[in-house]
Amino acid sequence: MGATSTTVIVTEGLTRSFGSQVAVDALTVTIEAGEVFGFLGHNGAGKTTTVRMLNGVLAPTAGRVRVFGLDPTTDGHRIRARTGVLTETPALDSRLTARMTLLHFAEIYGVPPRERTRRVDELLALFELEKRADSKVGGFSKGMRQRLALARTLIHDPEIIFLDEPTSGLDPVAIRDVHHTIEQLTHRGRTVFLCTHNLAEAERLCDRVAVLAHGRVLAIGTTQELGSRLNRGHRISLEIEAQDIARAVKLFAATPPVSLAEAVTDRTAVRNGSATIVLHGVSRSEVPAMIQTAIQHDLKLYRVQPEEPSLEDVYFALQEL
Amino acid sequence: MNWGAVWAIARKDAMVALRTRAVVLPLIIVPLVLMVGVPVLVGLISGMATRLDVPSSDMTELAQSLPAGFGEQYAGLSEVQAGYIYFILYLFAPMYLVLPLMASSVVAADSFAGEKERKTLEALVYTPTTDRELLLAKILGGWIPGSLVGLVGFIIYAIVADIMTFYVAGRIVLPNPLWLLLAFWVGPAAAALGLGVTVIASSRVNTFQEAYQIGSLVVLPVVLLVVGQAAGTFILSDWLVALMGLVLWALNLVIFAIAAATFRRTALMARL
Ligand SMILES: Nc1ncnc2c1ncn2[C@@H]1O[C@H](COP(=O)(O)OP(=O)(O)O)[C@@H](O)[C@H]1O
Ligand SMILES: [Mg+2]
Repeated sequence: MGATSTTVIVTEGLTRSFGSQVAVDALTVTIEAGEVFGFLGHNGAGKTTTVRMLNGVLAPTAGRVRVFGLDPTTDGHRIRARTGVLTETPALDSRLTARMTLLHFAEIYGVPPRERTRRVDELLALFELEKRADSKVGGFSKGMRQRLALARTLIHDPEIIFLDEPTSGLDPVAIRDVHHTIEQLTHRGRTVFLCTHNLAEAERLCDRVAVLAHGRVLAIGTTQELGSRLNRGHRISLEIEAQDIARAVKLFAATPPVSLAEAVTDRTAVRNGSATIVLHGVSRSEVPAMIQTAIQHDLKLYRVQPEEPSLEDVYFALQEL
Repeated sequence: MNWGAVWAIARKDAMVALRTRAVVLPLIIVPLVLMVGVPVLVGLISGMATRLDVPSSDMTELAQSLPAGFGEQYAGLSEVQAGYIYFILYLFAPMYLVLPLMASSVVAADSFAGEKERKTLEALVYTPTTDRELLLAKILGGWIPGSLVGLVGFIIYAIVADIMTFYVAGRIVLPNPLWLLLAFWVGPAAAALGLGVTVIASSRVNTFQEAYQIGSLVVLPVVLLVVGQAAGTFILSDWLVALMGLVLWALNLVIFAIAAATFRRTALMARL
């Protein structure tokens, strides 16, 4: 398996089926200590199932897994002592207070009694929960719950941190906080296994990314290696004169790195005589060049907006190869 | 064995359950009705009958169906008085087992099925416990409060019963060996049994209420005991109670051995 001393996760042909459905299909990856590894895929791609198998809480149907050189099937508890998992739903008991929750898990994870209160106070402060530390979790907002769940995940200072869609459903401020936390963790040399369906998030935070669809890895590599293919997922929309739309489509279709230029045809896109065109494969850094092109060709620009990156386009680009 | 983790999980389960209304309400109402209400009510009626001097034959008639030694011990009492003491010491004894059975079953329903309902199970399966430790923690978390409720119920019953037998017959009757055996030997076994059945039920259902309802079925054999004794099929004796405890513990051993052999978090997660 060519495992070096810093390899923390190795899988070979890791597979899990539910009945006839293959949730994870022959996954082969190697993850080094200190890496931020992105597991990018839509709902149902097999991300959560993989996290479960790596931690020995779900049995693989086939294949080989080693985490810290241990087999999760037989040594799950030893692995789990050194990993922290932020599950998709926070799984918090609403009847406990934030402080009780953290103290309880500190005890379960064997944090020495003398260190417990200090550790809990630290995490409450880090996640800005001090003011509500002694309130029941039942009254917490979604963002607060997520922060508390994250604090719980870190209570024993784990070596590998699994984050299963840590920002899904959060507001922008909460998302920023979670991203900040992940960056801090990586500065401290922790390994992060980040499951997400958000392309921008994966690109921003991860050293390497595996793109997953229907349980299969479509591509795996550093964000630079996957660069142009991941870029396919980026889109911007331009609002221009409605009468110029055909000309604009033709123009941009021939302008690199645009992979596809399409006129948005639904009614809402057409107003006050202007219309919208979406340019696929254009990331934020290429926006100025696009504006310049538009101006050079006498297109009247009313609005330029980067759109939420689309995984579909990435899938499409990866499958073309 | 990671006792630190086991104890942490068990303690939290017990503590949180005892702060949950759906759990605490039956844990208060059932003992009050059963261990206070019934002996007081029957005692008041018996006491009135005694004081009103309702014509009653002496004990000789009753004596045939009474446990050995009972007649001599309570010689000189009227039939109503002896009857009340018989009710307190023997007839009611099987009913007592409802307490530990019900208490552990309601706490277990909360900790297993409730865990599913509240979706907190996933945090627990990721803890560095083995399957066996997790199961043990969950069992202790239900068994300890179940047994405690049983013991507290016994103490309350002993006090209430003594007051009432003193009022009715001028005697103090508890604790006696039979009841001590019930409280400290059979009761904890009953608590474990209620737990085992509920744990098994919990893995099949999704809500606290469902699990609790199925778990409550373990009370049925108790009803058989009550009816059987009232109908004169048998009379409890010290050694019969001791034997009952032994049978229950043996049954528990089987149930928990099966549970330990089959409980796998991976199986739980495959269903989640
Ligand atoms: N316990 C289960 N029983 C049956 N099917 C499951 C189970 N868990 C996951 N699946 C299926 O496996 C696939 C992958 O699921 P999952 O790993 O949760 O994906 P993701 O986390 O990427 O959204 C999905 O199609 C899902 O329906
Ligand atoms: Mg998932």
